[in-house]
Amino acid sequence: MGSYLTQRALLMVLTLFGMSVLIFVMLRLVPGNIADILVDSAGIVDPVEKARIVKDLGLDRPIIDQYLQWIFGLARGDLGFAYVSERPAIEEIAPRIPVSANLALLALIYSVILGVPLGVISAVRQNTGLDYFLRVVSLSGLSLPSFWLALLILMASVQWFGMIPMYTSEPRSFIDEFLLLSVPAAAVGFRSSALIMRLTRSSMLEVMRQDYIRTARSKGASQTSVNYQHALRNALLPVVTIIGIEAAFLIGGLIVTETVFNIPGVARFLVEAIVWRDYPIVQNIVMLIAFVTVMVNFLVDMAYMALDPRIKYAD
Amino acid sequence: MIKRLTVVVGGLAALMTVATPVLAQKQGGTLRATHRDNPPSASIHEEATISTVMPFMSVFNNLVMFDPKEKLNSADKIVPDLAESWSWNADKTKLTFKLRQGVKWHDGKPFSAKDVKCTWDALTGRAAEAQRDLIRKNPRKVWYSNLKEVTVGSDSEVTFTLGRPQSSFLPMLAAGYSPVYACHVTGREMRSKPIGTGPFKVVAFKRGESIKLVRNPDYWKKGLPYLDGIDWKIVPNRSTRVLGFVAGEFDLTFDSDITFPLLQDVKSQAPHAVCEARTTNVNTNLIVNRDAPPFDNPKLREALVLAIDRKPFNDVLVQGKALIGAAMLPPPTGKWGMPPDELATLPGYGQDIAKNRAAAQAIMKSLGYGPDKPLKVKIATRNIAIYRDPAVILIDQLKQIYVDGELDAVDTTVWHTKVQRKDYAVGLNLTGIGVDDPDVNFYENFHSTSSRNYTGYKNPKVDELIDMQSAEADRAKRLKIVGEIERLLVKDGARPVIFHGIANTCWQPAVKNLVLQHNSIYNSWRLESVWLDK
Repeated sequence: MGSYLTQRALLMVLTLFGMSVLIFVMLRLVPGNIADILVDSAGIVDPVEKARIVKDLGLDRPIIDQYLQWIFGLARGDLGFAYVSERPAIEEIAPRIPVSANLALLALIYSVILGVPLGVISAVRQNTGLDYFLRVVSLSGLSLPSFWLALLILMASVQWFGMIPMYTSEPRSFIDEFLLLSVPAAAVGFRSSALIMRLTRSSMLEVMRQDYIRTARSKGASQTSVNYQHALRNALLPVVTIIGIEAAFLIGGLIVTETVFNIPGVARFLVEAIVWRDYPIVQNIVMLIAFVTVMVNFLVDMAYMALDPRIKYAD
Repeated sequence: MIKRLTVVVGGLAALMTVATPVLAQKQGGTLRATHRDNPPSASIHEEATISTVMPFMSVFNNLVMFDPKEKLNSADKIVPDLAESWSWNADKTKLTFKLRQGVKWHDGKPFSAKDVKCTWDALTGRAAEAQRDLIRKNPRKVWYSNLKEVTVGSDSEVTFTLGRPQSSFLPMLAAGYSPVYACHVTGREMRSKPIGTGPFKVVAFKRGESIKLVRNPDYWKKGLPYLDGIDWKIVPNRSTRVLGFVAGEFDLTFDSDITFPLLQDVKSQAPHAVCEARTTNVNTNLIVNRDAPPFDNPKLREALVLAIDRKPFNDVLVQGKALIGAAMLPPPTGKWGMPPDELATLPGYGQDIAKNRAAAQAIMKSLGYGPDKPLKVKIATRNIAIYRDPAVILIDQLKQIYVDGELDAVDTTVWHTKVQRKDYAVGLNLTGIGVDDPDVNFYENFHSTSSRNYTGYKNPKVDELIDMQSAEADRAKRLKIVGEIERLLVKDGARPVIFHGIANTCWQPAVKNLVLQHNSIYNSWRLESVWLDK
């Protein structure tokens, strides 16, 4: 186990290093740099002023130097200076992380607490009216683009309640924040919950045809016990995998949801930083996302072991 | 008799009270306004966008300003600001300002004539080494090409020396784009959390989130501002912005944010909202790469000019409410544009579109193009709806003269860079004019020395006429030269204007004393007299 963990840790470092090179190079392959964009925003094209900005920002230095400065800085916890705001990148990124993290977590919780039980119900009530209804709901969850759903929620709120669930001021308490993020989290989590529900259903149906389920029934175990203690535990393995993948995909959903609900999170900020070619912001946020994804994958692998004692990671 | 007179006078007084209810201004409250995007920076001198001017103009003062109570900016409606008074010397080359005493910057430091000198030295590239960073980009450098020096007489007196008389100089100083900067702070601070002398102080400028301003308690205009603060919320999604306004989350929409189709929605969902349509002095125009084949051929450019039918643009995009004109904003809101009868004599502006198109087709045929052999060309434009939509109509119209256009939607952040590189053939562009004034428009957009003359248009005769009108003090004579320049610009196909924009800005009924100016969107955002009736 110890050796396995060491291997995984090394692999994670290697993945992150690869990501850092990839994002650094790809950003610089995109046409236009921050100097182009800064002069462009002023509607001018003065090459002298542009050259001064390039020099001030150190963009005229060799790309290897720029990369090494960033990566060694990152190792020391120094994320560099944002080009546009001219403030330390950490001051720009750090306050936005909890906002997105809370939103993502809430969306994930929604999708799991809705998706898993509804998937089980749909499976145990296979081919009943309830099953058909839940399947239609899940299909709509997969088909509706989240930006459209989010806009629909906003319009309905204004029309019916005369209010809009958008982020206009910082929440003052946990309850405030929970209420504020609930609607956007539901909008972004709807798709994931639909996916989880469908996967739980099909996985449950497969498991429920297994011999040990029949044995449990013949031993007189209750339906609830069979469904939740015997079947669900084994059916959850593929579901856990998809939850891990969805956690990474949620970032994409967050970009749209944060924009529509005007939530000042890190996902919306990332898009804006890409538009501005604000390299220090983009590089560091992408690395953060990569780190979170790698960690989630690791936790999913660990979860397999907890769910299925037969799985062992050999030394 | 006296009794009857008393009744009449009393009745009149009562009627007047009813007819013009006078509301006492209320102090307090925070104005909640929407912002459409993230301003590139807070430094007004470094930017050329309403995104910066609208939220940050109220942080600063100018030397002089356009009377904020007037609906139209004009040279005879300029009022003192940081300058108490001003005077010209006999030959109109020295403009001396007497400055207010006791004015303080937001950090408590005293304002003086040195700040004025330092600001304009930075704008003209004469700043001392220590202040070189104060203004990193200078999009309006050409405004001050006639400014020879700024001299400090005393702490409260400063003189601008011009190379020749220039009657537009004072209006340019009155523009929202001409605040006085604090020279004891760095350029970095001016771009992120600027210091001014204005009615509001910057508390925080959070990128992509909000701009928070609070009342300056030491403002030199006693009793102003009325508001405790202004909270600008950056809401990039227009649907969310409009829904937020309809739901009452915001008191004021972003400038010109409500298009005419959207206006119907707003009025139906928020019938009490006050919405005002105004000409923006932002024109939609055609740009042509005149340095590369095939459009280096003036005949081909002429054909493009003749192909434009302005009415469909106007009808489709702004429900027929736009003003049609040449380079200068036309009457009734424009002070310098051509009247319709004169405009109709310009190439491509006559009512007989079929005749214009026939002439354009003849030119195209003479150059070897025709229905079977169209000229294939990409129509470049910024990838934003207000650019893309007219570009699509343009492509459709150009088909009539055997030009097969394909839309090239360019990432908005690299638009000017692409244009500068001449990496386009035909483009559709929008140009905002800071002040309805010939010097501002012509020097900035058409003079051969300007860095904002994107197309590199160069006509020595036009340069000469621009200088000539600029030096002319007599308005009637100047108007004539301005007309001559407009005529030459149309003939040369220099950024032919398709239409002058118009759009709506809305606010809640509780917002009082907000005056929008109708010949520029850039000069009316001091907001010191605005108050909330809540």
